[in-house]
Amino acid sequence: MASIEFKRVEKRYADNPPTVPGLDLHIRDGEFMVLVGPSGCGKSTTLRMIAGLESVTSGELWIGDRLVNELQPAARDVAMVFQNYALYPHMTVFDNMAFGLRVRKQPASLIKSKVEQAADTLGLADLLARKPGQLSGGQCQRVALGRAIVRDPQVFLFDEPLSNLDAELRVQMRGNIGRLHREFATTSVYVTHDQVEAMTLGSRIAILNRGELMQVGTPMELYNDPDNVFVAGFMGSPPMNIVPVQNRGAGLKNALLDLPRADLGGLAGELLLGIRPEKLHPAAGSPDHWPRLRAKVEMVETLGAEMLVHLGDGSERMIARLPGLQLLTPGQTLELALDPDAIYLFDRHSRQRIRTVQPVAVAEAVPCT
Amino acid sequence: MKRVLGDIFSWRFALLLFAGLIVIYPLLWVVSLAFSGQQALQLVALPEGAGFWQQLAALVPLPQQWSLDNFRAVLTEQPFMRWLGNSLVVALSTTVVGLCLSCTAAYAFSRFRFPGRERGLMLFLISQMFPAVLMLIPLYVIVVQWLGLGNTWLGLVLVYAITALPFCVWMLKGYFDTLPYEIEESALLEGASRFTIFYRIILPLARPAIAVTALFSFMTAWNEFILASIFMDDESRYTVPVGLRFFVSDYASEWGFFAAGSILVSIPVILLFLALQRFLVSGLSAGAVKG
Ligand SMILES: Nc1ncnc2c1ncn2[C@@H]1O[C@H](COP(=O)(O)OP(=O)(O)OP(=O)(O)O)[C@@H](O)[C@H]1O
Ligand SMILES: [Mg+2]
Repeated sequence: MASIEFKRVEKRYADNPPTVPGLDLHIRDGEFMVLVGPSGCGKSTTLRMIAGLESVTSGELWIGDRLVNELQPAARDVAMVFQNYALYPHMTVFDNMAFGLRVRKQPASLIKSKVEQAADTLGLADLLARKPGQLSGGQCQRVALGRAIVRDPQVFLFDEPLSNLDAELRVQMRGNIGRLHREFATTSVYVTHDQVEAMTLGSRIAILNRGELMQVGTPMELYNDPDNVFVAGFMGSPPMNIVPVQNRGAGLKNALLDLPRADLGGLAGELLLGIRPEKLHPAAGSPDHWPRLRAKVEMVETLGAEMLVHLGDGSERMIARLPGLQLLTPGQTLELALDPDAIYLFDRHSRQRIRTVQPVAVAEAVPCT
Repeated sequence: MKRVLGDIFSWRFALLLFAGLIVIYPLLWVVSLAFSGQQALQLVALPEGAGFWQQLAALVPLPQQWSLDNFRAVLTEQPFMRWLGNSLVVALSTTVVGLCLSCTAAYAFSRFRFPGRERGLMLFLISQMFPAVLMLIPLYVIVVQWLGLGNTWLGLVLVYAITALPFCVWMLKGYFDTLPYEIEESALLEGASRFTIFYRIILPLARPAIAVTALFSFMTAWNEFILASIFMDDESRYTVPVGLRFFVSDYASEWGFFAAGSILVSIPVILLFLALQRFLVSGLSAGAVKG
């Protein structure tokens, strides 16, 4: 097992602008690190640099105590699970899993016991004589996992391993992968653009955008304490509402809401206000000191236990996640209360979080009676 | 039933039948000649002033009597077996040499990015645009005069393998391109060397393409006449096509031997086709990647 350390790692393809313009990231020993981000942000590139399938243009990449920049993939002792499984189609399941051990000249008896053990763990024992063409997608992916674990590598790498599976199977395989990680506690790096996968699997998550690391932290840290607009908008479904607000020195206002009691500490410049859909509550029953907003209901998506209410007033739009009790009709005006502890402010230009000010002044809070 | 009859009497069917006859008629003629036991080109001796129907009947490729004499004579009285052996040696060596060269070259063209890659592929294509006879004199100069490989099998094998190379490389490269690269990356991560990957993964997966290529190389060498007749002086070193030619020359016209020999020559090719048939159709890479 090993930690992985990126030190100012840059990756350029030919003369293009850098795909990864300088990454600093420390992946701890035994950690399950998930890399997420929009398509084309360099997740696969980053993962493939760890594997040695892409060269590092500049900077240092460490696995454990070895600088691996110039190390061949085979010498890095990592195993990778590919999106399209990449099984050897002409070999049986057994031979697929045994291949890596055979090329490393392990004794046949050891290979047999290791493969059989992995097959048992993954429920593949009955399929060992089949060829990949005779397996379902989920079974193929389990073989690919098996092929990775029999080698007992220092690091597991996954590149969107579940995205070719249907929803149900994906949940099941997600469980499998999580279980394997708890069992073996091998350092893992997992690329996905499914944030549910990221939240459920990751010990920590690194969010990338255009090759830049936006934030890294535990799923709850990212969810509750985003550093910037990108992270705030990326995590959560539906994502955090982010609306521009006018900064009037002592208050914030836009077409939907009015926070006259904001304590901005003399903060100048234009701001963005963020609040998660579930932190908007029906006004009735909310504490009096919570700021209110009044908006027209544009559309209602009923999900059963809850509903997503799209609020809009021409330019500004927000989504509220409310208990599915009330009957709402489009066009109706709704009054909601904002949980003051869940209001985030961002700078409109740098799009970074502003942590120094209190959107709803603490002094104004009415003590509980 | 009505449907089938309709098909049989349709113009399409007539056209196909006609085309089929054109192809098969000369073959039937050769078969008949071979089994006629004679050396004459015509199967039926026409009497003087034969009527229209007699002339027409003479066109039917059926010998007057069946006999294996021609085969017996070709196999025993003529050095045919020796030529067959020569051809086999040359064609098999060509196939082996050609496959070794083209598989490795095609793999490199398919997987590696190196300076001159595009240009090299293009040159291969261009070399195919010139008629083969154009190469006759340069090849003679190079192989016979410079390398001194006239009258040797090695000379022929080299020339055949290399002339078949452009087709083989393009054919194999096209197939290698369809094999997902992740398979190789995966093997690379598992510790396999490039050669192991090539030998244990790529070659088995490319069997259909290799079968086609092998067949093509073999037939190129097996059927080739012009180069072989120029390079080979010694009768004991003739390949079959060259040998056959001497059954019908200025001094001899043993059409029966010629026909029997031709049929014997086709047998190895037919056997090879049958042996490779299952590779020609299978799509082994199915199931490599899903989704
Ligand atoms: N071989 C290459 N040559 C040039 N550019 C490349 C190459 N490979 C990737 N890129 C570019 O690098 C960027 C990042 O690619 P990468 O595959 O890492 O994205 P990703 O985050 O994995 O996206 P996805 O979620 O779609 O898989 C993309 O803009 C892509 O166009
Ligand atoms: Mg990717």
